Amino acid sequence: MIIADLFQTLIWIVLAGLAIGSGVAMVVQRNPLYAAISLIGVFISFAGFYLLLGAPFIAAVQVIVYAGAIMVLVVFVIMLLNVEEEVRKPLRLKFLIPAAIFGAAILFAQAAFIIYSVGASPVRVPNADAANSQIGLTKSIGTGLFTDYLLPFEITSILILMAIVGAITLARRPTVLLLVEEDYDGKKHVERRTLKIDNI
Amino acid sequence: MFDTNNPLLIAGAQFLGIFLAFNAVLVLTAYLSLVERRVLAVMQGRLGPNRVGWFGLLQPLADGIKFIFKEDIAPDKATKFIYILAPFIAIISALMTLIVYPFGPVVTLPFSETFFGAPVTFPMTVARMDVALLYVLAVTSVGVYAIALAGWSSNSKYSLMGGLRSAAQMISYELSLGLSLIGVILMSGTLDLFSIAEQQGGWFGMKWNIFFQPLGFFVYLISAIAETNRVPFDLPEAETELVAGFHTEYSAMKFALFFIAEYVNMTTVSMLAATLFLGGFQGPFVAEFPILGPFYFVAKVFFFLFLYIWLRGTLPRFRFDQLMNFGWKFLLPVALLNIILTATIAVFFYSR
Amino acid sequence: MTPQLSWYLALSAVMFTIGVAGVILKRNAISMFMCIELMLNSVNLTFVAFSSFFNNLNGQLFVFIVMAVAAAEAAVGLGIIIALFRNRESLDVDDANLLKL
Repeated sequence: MIIADLFQTLIWIVLAGLAIGSGVAMVVQRNPLYAAISLIGVFISFAGFYLLLGAPFIAAVQVIVYAGAIMVLVVFVIMLLNVEEEVRKPLRLKFLIPAAIFGAAILFAQAAFIIYSVGASPVRVPNADAANSQIGLTKSIGTGLFTDYLLPFEITSILILMAIVGAITLARRPTVLLLVEEDYDGKKHVERRTLKIDNI
Repeated sequence: MFDTNNPLLIAGAQFLGIFLAFNAVLVLTAYLSLVERRVLAVMQGRLGPNRVGWFGLLQPLADGIKFIFKEDIAPDKATKFIYILAPFIAIISALMTLIVYPFGPVVTLPFSETFFGAPVTFPMTVARMDVALLYVLAVTSVGVYAIALAGWSSNSKYSLMGGLRSAAQMISYELSLGLSLIGVILMSGTLDLFSIAEQQGGWFGMKWNIFFQPLGFFVYLISAIAETNRVPFDLPEAETELVAGFHTEYSAMKFALFFIAEYVNMTTVSMLAATLFLGGFQGPFVAEFPILGPFYFVAKVFFFLFLYIWLRGTLPRFRFDQLMNFGWKFLLPVALLNIILTATIAVFFYSR
Repeated sequence: MTPQLSWYLALSAVMFTIGVAGVILKRNAISMFMCIELMLNSVNLTFVAFSSFFNNLNGQLFVFIVMAVAAAEAAVGLGIIIALFRNRESLDVDDANLLKL
């Protein structure tokens, strides 16, 4: 199946190009909405990687959770707040730039070494029956989550409950505007008006 | 003669299936617009388009030609790249879900024994996926960006309002849409749409999930209408307040793409409802004559499409705060209640 | 030649570095938040790659839990960002240096 392998490699390269290109674009863009769109590109290419790796469930959840929920919220907030473009400020810690380059070089060397050694190592389990593997299908993930990983799963649900409560308490704090008006006879009327995200 | 397990042959068959499904649905949507106009006209005591062709049957063609040849205007201050990208996201996310729907049961290719040596049987769906239902949810959830980005990039106040509204509305109703499906998943124990449809074949082809999940069906129907931005949830494009909402600034083919995407979304949402709740291709005598399956399926989809048009002719539009209250304070609790009920009953009465 | 494990690890390292660089360079709270999401995602890619290459489910289950944490983080983080914007009229993190709203 040399053609299938070649095709897989080709898809990998395209997806990697999309991921790295979108990631770099996200950092370089100054407009937050462009950055958000680039990040969606990264997420979708990662979903493609998960499909290549034989994890369709994780791929679908990746798109639903990241692209469909989190980034929609981010885009919604960017549109709602009408965030303007970032202003480039002068760097305060200029003297650290050589140190940063030095550290980055060391980290890069380390990473290259580790990746090289992993690539050469024979530890990889040869999954002979990769096509019929049950790993990554819905049933295996469900079984794993509700047997071995039940406690982490429940803790996650508590975490999400806490996040819901936290988000509601943060968002419910209404902004109070004090409107001061003067009457024709000089009497001051103070009106408290609360701003809510209602009636968009 | 031929090896039917040849991957190239399978890929070719799948491409053929995708081609057929896309074209069938695109033609269907073209004529759906005509049907909608005619049916609305009947409901409102008018005639509707009846001049092009017999009974106006060539009207979609005329509309298409008009869309293609109109001048394509983009606003001066629009963010060009996103402005062009948005309609494509809309149409792609609408069409991509088509490949997982089961259009019919497992059928045998006629005359296959003489050609291939052995009878060739295949399910009438393009791709049987393990995560088909999640795939549908994932692809449709990307469709929100089309509307939100179209609204933002047009650089018009009406469009921005429409985009913001639709983002809020679709986030809110996607929750209850997803939760309403969990009851069906709990009952059938799989995410594969074909298996879900197959399991509803009992009771002379009438063991449909709607009889076990009336609450889930109700929640799904309402949130599906909200997801496709149809009346009475068409706030993103409310023409009386927002001109045309998110596609105010779009013209010619870009507008047509949004238009087609909306109708394809209607169709796919109806297909999902038919598959999950009304038994998909199941019906009387399907076990004996599998070729009846696609007809039942199409009939069920048409029923939902007619329901959409009927609602459009009947109901007024929600207000924004009513919409939010309804989604969060009524639909979501009902969907959760449905899950709790189904799970409780499943624990006690289902042995799997 | 099919994609190797080392390819995935290298890609994941690159994406993580991009995320770190974004957090350091960006001054906008929303952009920094997005860079953190990118870092979480690159770690997820490593988990799934290991899970697939070693034929072991645990990596994918961990990714599931990381996603739940990311969702919780998004809810609270965006709530904080909106509250910040209401009080400061700006999303610059340099303006939010009082440790209170």
